[in-house]
Amino acid sequence: MTDIIRLTAAETARRIASGELTAVEVTEAHLARIEAVDEKVHAYLHVDREGALAQARAVDAKRAAGQELGPLAGVPLALKDIFTTEGVPTTVGSKILDGWIPPYDATVTRKLKAADVVILGKTNMDEFAMGSSTENSAYGPTGNPWDLTRVPGGSGGGSAAALASYQAPLAIGTDTGGSIRQPAALTATVGVKPTYGGVSRYGMVAFSSSLDQGGPCARTVLDAALLHEVIAGHDPMDSTSVDVPVPPVVEAARSGDVSGLRVGVIQEFGGEGYQAGVVQRFEESVELLRGLGAEIVELSCPSFAYGLAAYYLIAPSECSSNLARFDAMRYGLRVGDDGTRSAEEVTALTREAGFGAEVKRRVILGTYALSSGYYDAYYGSAQKVRTLITRDFERAFEQVDVIVSPTTPTTAFPIGERADDPLAMYLADLCTIPVNLAGNAAMSLPCGLAPEDGLPVGLQIIAPALKDDRLYRVGAAVEAAFVSKWGHPLLEEAPQL
Amino acid sequence: MTVTDLLSYEDALASYDPVMGLEVHVELGTRTKMFCGCSTELGAEPNSQVCPTCLGLPGALPVVNEIGIESAVKIGLALNCEIATWCRFARKNYFYPDMPKNFQTSQYDEPIAFNGYLDVQLEDGEVFRVQIERAHMEEDTGKSTHIGGATGRIHGASHSLLDYNRAGIPLIEIVTKPIEGAGARAPEVARAYVAELRELIKALGVSEARMEMGQMRCDVNLSLRPHGREKFGTRSETKNVNSLRSVERSARFEIQRHAAVLSSGGTIVQETRHFHEEDGSTTSGRIKEEAEDYRYFPEPDLVPVAPAPEWVEQLRAGLPELPLARRKRLKQEWGISDFEMQSALNAGAIDLITATIDEGADAASARKWWMGELARHANETGAELAELAITPAQVARVAALVAAGDLNDKLARQVIEGVLAGEGDPDQVVEKRGLKVVSDDSALGAAVDQAIADNAAVAEKIRGGNLAAAGALIGAVMKLTRGQADAKRVRELVLEKLQG
Repeated sequence: MTDIIRLTAAETARRIASGELTAVEVTEAHLARIEAVDEKVHAYLHVDREGALAQARAVDAKRAAGQELGPLAGVPLALKDIFTTEGVPTTVGSKILDGWIPPYDATVTRKLKAADVVILGKTNMDEFAMGSSTENSAYGPTGNPWDLTRVPGGSGGGSAAALASYQAPLAIGTDTGGSIRQPAALTATVGVKPTYGGVSRYGMVAFSSSLDQGGPCARTVLDAALLHEVIAGHDPMDSTSVDVPVPPVVEAARSGDVSGLRVGVIQEFGGEGYQAGVVQRFEESVELLRGLGAEIVELSCPSFAYGLAAYYLIAPSECSSNLARFDAMRYGLRVGDDGTRSAEEVTALTREAGFGAEVKRRVILGTYALSSGYYDAYYGSAQKVRTLITRDFERAFEQVDVIVSPTTPTTAFPIGERADDPLAMYLADLCTIPVNLAGNAAMSLPCGLAPEDGLPVGLQIIAPALKDDRLYRVGAAVEAAFVSKWGHPLLEEAPQL
Repeated sequence: MTVTDLLSYEDALASYDPVMGLEVHVELGTRTKMFCGCSTELGAEPNSQVCPTCLGLPGALPVVNEIGIESAVKIGLALNCEIATWCRFARKNYFYPDMPKNFQTSQYDEPIAFNGYLDVQLEDGEVFRVQIERAHMEEDTGKSTHIGGATGRIHGASHSLLDYNRAGIPLIEIVTKPIEGAGARAPEVARAYVAELRELIKALGVSEARMEMGQMRCDVNLSLRPHGREKFGTRSETKNVNSLRSVERSARFEIQRHAAVLSSGGTIVQETRHFHEEDGSTTSGRIKEEAEDYRYFPEPDLVPVAPAPEWVEQLRAGLPELPLARRKRLKQEWGISDFEMQSALNAGAIDLITATIDEGADAASARKWWMGELARHANETGAELAELAITPAQVARVAALVAAGDLNDKLARQVIEGVLAGEGDPDQVVEKRGLKVVSDDSALGAAVDQAIADNAAVAEKIRGGNLAAAGALIGAVMKLTRGQADAKRVRELVLEKLQG
């Protein structure tokens, strides 16, 4: 059983296809693992035991009937609780959606089902994806499998922790400012934020519509690529979905070559606020790339300095509008409806009880930033910064094929440490946010443990929009070089749970 | 209802100039909603035409209805507007239980059409040009029914029922620039504008624009300023004025109310007003102490709309003849006055008359039947002319029977009555009711002889050369034949018999 849960997704799929394993066996092994360790980790908010087994049985039946299976058929997956799942609770980590059973599947959910991927359950997250530690979940924090007293990052801490604790070989996250990449970095897993529009947002509960992007999470670059291919592609239900062929990500992940590639290093990522061990591992990664034949180019992106400020105007502004629908009228929590109160009073009481502090903070911030008289100074200026950052990237990509940086300035911090200091928390996304503002694609993958605390460090690779395949080509080469240097995947150094 | 002080209309206009702004919402007749695939059909079970998108469920996203954009561009072109080459939707954020997302997807500073005008014709034929500020696309809200209150409004209701079938139906909001210089004719201009706009929308085929069904709704903004002053006064906004007559009445009422307040030294409060059909008055609604802050921002879930100039030109080339031009043409063809044309317009009879002519009737009789007997019938039953159970072809047939002498007017009215009652086509009604004019000489001759015998004194007068007296004998014959006699032939027979 232990062996099954440690397999890669690609290998699991191969064994199911060849008949060495059944999908039911694989699913049961993971359900048993969840049973055994999730009380400690708290990666899942909801485990859909019956649904998962039914899906697994269907895969086995398909195989028995001689039907062709997809590349991930029968492989279990942990789905971030921000995607709607017909008949299965979807809370977005919030009390306001407590008890809501969506009547429809998100496009990502639908594609996973169509690909015969087995959805084990829904993973924990910062409420409405607002946070960098998963501590903002209304259902309690998730522990980092490397050290359960530390955060797994956020908002997709549940998905990353599920992978790092072998409770699923695949997971889906969403990335508005770093919510896939930062948890990947903190847990020594692989996370990809595709190009904005690459993966449909239909059925993905909105936090900040112009920044949100769903993406694959896995333990290897190839697994991420296989999952990327399943969930990506044009969706007529999402107007912002790009109508171009999915980049050849699997092919790129299998080729893994960087010789002759121009790799940019941005001066502005580094310096104050960056942990020494993070900087050290990042510099070693750059040297490793150079050793693999890449050309390293120093770049300057002066507008990135304003990225965090712009993000914290745009994201709250959009969220203040996106979250207005949670008014207790049609679904989810309803508080104080005793027949004496007006609709407005019930809405106010429900929001008071149903939204957490961070959500309220951002709704208030965004409401203010959009107010007439302030719009130009805040939302308007932030959009201008966004344009400048996009131009910085465009100029950079005239000189290089990809850009690399640390994914996050520090390793995993203790649960509770930054909970009362939002600004310190916001800094965790310093290196990831510019990518969302520009709509580019980026990946985080493990590049070692910080010497001072023995915790994972993530390397971020950034590619121009629609060139997601470059992430996989570079990521696969880096991963192979590191694994051969270390003698095993980094995650194997994580303590046993 | 509190009694409102009013100045007489004449006194009001003696001191003040009205300035109006009209905002008209038109529900487009697209088959599906603006941002999802749900049906727009009216009259369905509440909440049966809904989906995650128009219910605003978490995660759902909008996709623009292309026909909605096409209709908006057509309206813009017909209103002589410039069409944006690139524009975005915007979110208008406000809270109301019948608005599923608590923001309305609308347009803000980038409307699809702007800077146009519409020429409207007043009853005396004068043409008044109304400048158009903009026409923009948005979605309708759901519908609230407030139960238990005295007024049917949310205030005082014990509970409310929400129907989201209407939520997401495409709307075009058409906003005029301030309408100045209409003076005492301001209410008439308002009415004529809404009527003309309705005709235009119908002619474009983008909506049936039926005001009584809420497919077209009008807000009347009105302010007064003393003669000679340039600065506008404070305005009131009378919401949801939903018939042509009400548009005119509400404007007239507000002019008198404003004038009463201003002339007694008071100030007008900027507020919304509710219009009351029963007595034509308005009452205070919501006071707007400060401008409402809708926190508009570009809708991030939708991509910008960029109508290709070639496509816009194609639509322009395909526009139908516009109503005012058409009426000018028809007025000449039919040989009628501006006033008669206006009456036909107000009655919604123009298309029906045209269709009747197309079916072979002459203009005069087509107009006579629709504007006479049928208009009276519609009026009595409270229906629109077009809703009557008679087709232009049937009216044309009645006209043809009259022209051929098979029916006289009195009989024709009975035939129409039969058709309306569902007794079949005109010929079937004639047959079943036995309404054919009797022009057969042997049958008529007996009746004429009888009438002469019954009215010897009158017959004597006619013999003496008094032809005007023939009418009385003809009347007597008609009575004897229960109206079915061919009056022309009766006259001939009477004269033959008495004058040789």
